Amino acid sequence: MKDINIEEKEREFQAKIDADIKIEPNDWMPAEYRKTLIRQISQHAHSEVVGMLPEGNWITRAPNLRRKAVLLAKVQDEAGHGLYLYSAAETLGSDREASIDDMHAGIAKYSSIFNYPTLSWADMGMIGWLVDGAAISNQVPLCRCSYGPYARAMVRVCKEESFHQRQGYEIATTLANGTPEQKAMAQESFNRWWWPALMMFGPTDAASKHSALSMKWKIKRVSNDELRQQFVNVTVPQAELIGLTIPDPELNWNEEKQGYDFGTINWEEFNQVVQGNGPCNKERLDARRKAKENGVWVREAALAHAEKRKAKMAS
Amino acid sequence: MSSNEWPLWEVFIRSKQGLSHKHVGSLRAADAENAINNARDVYTRRSEGISIWVVESKLISASDPKEADSLFDPADTKIYRHPTFYEVPDGVLHM
Repeated sequence: MKDINIEEKEREFQAKIDADIKIEPNDWMPAEYRKTLIRQISQHAHSEVVGMLPEGNWITRAPNLRRKAVLLAKVQDEAGHGLYLYSAAETLGSDREASIDDMHAGIAKYSSIFNYPTLSWADMGMIGWLVDGAAISNQVPLCRCSYGPYARAMVRVCKEESFHQRQGYEIATTLANGTPEQKAMAQESFNRWWWPALMMFGPTDAASKHSALSMKWKIKRVSNDELRQQFVNVTVPQAELIGLTIPDPELNWNEEKQGYDFGTINWEEFNQVVQGNGPCNKERLDARRKAKENGVWVREAALAHAEKRKAKMAS
Repeated sequence: MSSNEWPLWEVFIRSKQGLSHKHVGSLRAADAENAINNARDVYTRRSEGISIWVVESKLISASDPKEADSLFDPADTKIYRHPTFYEVPDGVLHM
């Protein structure tokens, strides 16, 4: 077989992307495409796994059995999503354990939203409605991402997330229609989660350093600012419907653009949380490290058991 | 910490009786039984399956994408393998 040079391979690769042909694990791909995907998919996986912690905080204190069963199912889904994503990253040659260790060492990131504390039961409503809602807006376009295994994992994730958002909105609705204390609890929680939810879409398009290449490679298909605008447009009427007030004095319907204008995000807060100085960064990482360390003996025992059984079957 | 990772397994699910098993993804597990149990939790939380196959990923041999042309192109020129290639006179029924 003749050895074609790298530029030609890159041209062929881009032609496939432009023709919307999916890239599969063993296909040739530019090293940078592989690196970008490994970074993005593993960050996404870490986010799902760390995302279990804020909600795990309320499982034992759910107000009734129905809410508890739902919350348990939701947290179990997050674990499942993390697993789909780690296995998608592994198809690119990423080492699962090394990537988890990178997260524990603070080298690899996860979504900053999970560095905020869950102070009241209403937070379970806001996380489902706003945080999962924002995640869905981000993830729906990823179902059409150019890398096959990532796109397929996202299809599963999106199907499951829509239950997450609805259960959250149901909690928010119930509280908003409840006693004055319950309604106040919902509003207080909404006030805390609104801005961090908007930050989930990442830096503005002008400041986003990974965007251009990701767009060209169809890893990313819609820009951060566009997704954020869509999220605001759909969420404001949902809040109004249940009588919650958006904590943004600059929020205004703009007839011309057929969307809401909204205030400026506090990017200093965003950067601080990304850099590890959010309210719960340390607590989250400590919890993950502890989970890994406390599970070592279980993983070792399972392997030893498997070896022993194999030996027994061979003899 | 020493790397003592469980092996990687590919998971195939039969969604209902009468359909074949289909690849759904992969997971890590200590052995086959453990892999089936994990696959149940990871891939069938919403009644997606009635039967699970698992196989260790390293046991799968795959064709090389670089050889796709030489492997599969020859079939493209053999249109006479399809029924639409043949002319059938008007009025012929049940064929």
